[in-house]
Amino acid sequence: MPAKYHIRTRPAPPRRKPIGKYGIIDWREDCSACHNCVKRECAYSVYNDERDRLQGKVEYVDYLYECKGCLCCVQSCTKGLLSWDVNPEYQKMGDEVYTPDIISSTWYQSETGSVPVSGAGYPGPFRGPGFDSILTDMSEIVRPTRDGIHGREYISTSVDIGRKPMKLEFNPDGTLATCCPPIVEIPIPILFDARPWQKLGDAISRIILDAANELGTFAITDEPKLTSHAAAIPHISSRGEAFADKPDATTQHDCECFTPTGHARLTEWADANDVIERIQRAKSSDPDLIAIVKLPFGPNAAERAVELARAGVDVLHLFADWHGCVSPPPGKIPGGMHISLAIREVHQALVKAGIRDEVTMIASGGISLAEQVVKSLLCGADLVCIDIPLMVALECRLCMNCRKELRCPVDVNEIEPDYAVQRMVNLMGAWHSQMLEMMGAMGIREARRLRGEVGRAMFFDDLERDCFGPIFGERVPPGKMPGGIGGPGEEVV
Amino acid sequence: MASIVDPQRRRMAPVSEMGLEAPVREVKPAPDRFRNSLGKYMIYRNEECRQCETCVATCSRGVHVRPEGYVDFVRGLDWRCTAELCKANGTYCVDTCPHNALRIEESPIYRSVGDYRWTADLILSAWHMAETGTIPDGELNYRTGNSGGGFDRIEFVFPDSGPRTDPDEISTAIPLNRRGDNRPEVTIDIPVYGGGMSFGSVSPVTILSKARAAVAWNTFSCTGEGGYIERLFPYKDHIITQVATGLFGVREETIQMAPIVEFKYAQGAKPGLGGHLLGDKNTPAVAAMREAVAGTSLFSPFPFHSVYSIEDHKKHVDWIKHVNPRALVSAKVSTPNDVDMVAVGSYYAGAHIVHLDGSYGGTGAAPEIAKKNIAMPIEYAIPKVARFLTDEGIRDHVTLIVSGGLRTAYDMAKAIALGADGVVIGTAEMVALGCIRCGRCESGVGCARGIATTDPEMVAKMDIDWGTQRLINMHTAWRAQLVDILSKFGMRDVKELRGRTDLLRHLDYG
Repeated sequence: MPAKYHIRTRPAPPRRKPIGKYGIIDWREDCSACHNCVKRECAYSVYNDERDRLQGKVEYVDYLYECKGCLCCVQSCTKGLLSWDVNPEYQKMGDEVYTPDIISSTWYQSETGSVPVSGAGYPGPFRGPGFDSILTDMSEIVRPTRDGIHGREYISTSVDIGRKPMKLEFNPDGTLATCCPPIVEIPIPILFDARPWQKLGDAISRIILDAANELGTFAITDEPKLTSHAAAIPHISSRGEAFADKPDATTQHDCECFTPTGHARLTEWADANDVIERIQRAKSSDPDLIAIVKLPFGPNAAERAVELARAGVDVLHLFADWHGCVSPPPGKIPGGMHISLAIREVHQALVKAGIRDEVTMIASGGISLAEQVVKSLLCGADLVCIDIPLMVALECRLCMNCRKELRCPVDVNEIEPDYAVQRMVNLMGAWHSQMLEMMGAMGIREARRLRGEVGRAMFFDDLERDCFGPIFGERVPPGKMPGGIGGPGEEVV
Repeated sequence: MASIVDPQRRRMAPVSEMGLEAPVREVKPAPDRFRNSLGKYMIYRNEECRQCETCVATCSRGVHVRPEGYVDFVRGLDWRCTAELCKANGTYCVDTCPHNALRIEESPIYRSVGDYRWTADLILSAWHMAETGTIPDGELNYRTGNSGGGFDRIEFVFPDSGPRTDPDEISTAIPLNRRGDNRPEVTIDIPVYGGGMSFGSVSPVTILSKARAAVAWNTFSCTGEGGYIERLFPYKDHIITQVATGLFGVREETIQMAPIVEFKYAQGAKPGLGGHLLGDKNTPAVAAMREAVAGTSLFSPFPFHSVYSIEDHKKHVDWIKHVNPRALVSAKVSTPNDVDMVAVGSYYAGAHIVHLDGSYGGTGAAPEIAKKNIAMPIEYAIPKVARFLTDEGIRDHVTLIVSGGLRTAYDMAKAIALGADGVVIGTAEMVALGCIRCGRCESGVGCARGIATTDPEMVAKMDIDWGTQRLINMHTAWRAQLVDILSKFGMRDVKELRGRTDLLRHLDYG
């Protein structure tokens, strides 16, 4: 058995003061400076710590990061001078997909490498769109299960990239007759995209590649200078050919390659009419090449995926937009389809075509939390590719200043590379631990077994139909009823 | 004075706990522990005020205060203010003030406190019930949260007319042993008991307050998996002791004195994972009880490493039944896809109570990913299991208790109408004790409000009499609401409500 996969996390405190959720509002003008000031009693020493930190600094004194919201000071102040509110700057961060809470949680994970743990029950809505309409199952008392990150039994998150033969054939003398195509095993089902949505320079792309290398995975890049990086998956545009600068095999990092020569090469090709011929040309000169074709999720994705898989493409990389939204086919689902549904559609088409086990499917777009990696796999992907969370790990606030060519509030381009790599490694460490928690709860100890295992998922629509249908009848689709599901505010008695 | 020998420490524990009076089922005011209670509104008084006291005369809730001998008004008791209601009634102080000296605005704290499940309204109304034993008569929604699904979208369809039952004739008692196996016929006076909260996750004051309120209401509280603290011995007839996967503090002697022993197979907030107690809360006293090393984080395994099949579960139940021939056995499980099979299996293995804990349940510490994603909400599990038990022909031989995100008396009644016999609550009791749902129970020494902590300084923020009274008041208000619901349906017994899904309507269904 190979050594346990372990991600080395190390504290990497933020360079800039993160935007906190809660703020104490302090009306000081009526303060009588009494000797039993509640600020001294803060259980978390927020006031004292902030005062010490800000001593000598010329900036606004605010308490927006550390306040935990226990409200003891607000409720105890002799003159009732303190109030409390959610920080409006916090609420403005991100958008409906990358919510302030997701950004804040990602910062925490990047800083500590730890699983976010808190008390009290889940505070969120009953259900949500997309991934939030899927629950994962757990194994109760009747099946052997595992212990998650604290357990004694190893849970593997390794997955394979490459084409797999459906069967092995042997010669009469017992030797293997099947020519096994090259395959790469990575220890986490996550690839990086080193081309963030905004051009940020080689430095950031190199940091992403270095982080991928440290984690034993790969990052997709189209920077000519970086394609020879040990963790690089070069992206070839719809007009490009395989690179002239074939990387030296010795630069490949220590991944689990199973190829005739021992060194597989991953390349990603943008989908195009002639992509199959170009890949075949490249493969004829380089038999160790593993070809990934990148194509968009959408109305024709399933059909095209089957076509490409049948034509011998090893890996399919299907992508949605960075919010996980798939453009709607004309006349169908207004507002687009969520990536979770799109993954299921393509997966099922490949299963129906009888070739699902031969190809690898990568999904990307809008994957912002560890749970979404697991859910993407349950929906049918073999692994996922992420981009924005890597930028959030570097303290990005998704303010979009870079898109407007304004100054980045956290000066992301000036970040120290080793520190930045550690932040990304920490984030993946936390994600990996969380994946183990979910897989342990499900009683699954192989990430490969997650693929398409919808039996270990619960979909809200199914639960509503099976549990509530016999009682309440037909559910009216959301939007057709005032204040439908998720519609807050309606008074219910 | 009767006494019980603590078998572990071989010394006597007095039955009358620390000189406290025996808890009584009687409402007494238990005002907020903090100087400034929280409310929906903030009142501002400007310099135009002439101290004419028109506002004092107008307000029926005593919001405006000018102590005797004072020239000016002091800060008003704005948490009592019900501005919208006053506007409707024509008793709005802002309008009646002859000098335009008053202004009332919604408090920013009210806007910010709470979440989808526990809205500010629910927290404030829970505090009101705990303080007064009555339901709030203002504008707070004390019945549902804002989660957009489950109980928050289900409502009772009350008949427009028809006879109402006299509230005094209504019984809210339920039996817990339906097996007819010659074990004690245990009955509780209200269809609700307190969930397991371990010594370590919450303070001894919290544990004792819960236990004493359970005595007053002739129901139960549960030790959780941290062991049976000595100070609980006087209340042993109302204490369920838990055997959880970590087996922390599990002792033959405490099992022998428990009327009910609960196996915690899983917990709704972290299904498929073991209990978590982070290092800072593991004080020397907690560690001694758990036979662990102080300061280390304690992660219980999952599942029981002696239970990998239903036969193993039966062996477990038999073990407890053998150790304590008078105990009832409860199996607390979470809500996987096959929760119905698990429930039936638990019954056949000999459990008297099947306790389902849904995925939105509370916890002292759990990975956020688990709280949000794993297992199904209790609203789905109740009808699924109730149907399966009925089909199996064993519905009347097992007590189905449910928990996991039940916040209000209405949630309790809806759970029973969906098919449960009774419910278990946890967070609702904590909120009654002053919890504000900041979710920091796991961090450092724990709760800054002195509820979920073991730090002596924090523990001292609450006292047992106050905590007991708050919970007695809360249960009084809850029972009154349940009785009101039963009365409107013309029922005389809460058992008649069980499984009456025909009395419910889901707002998202045609």
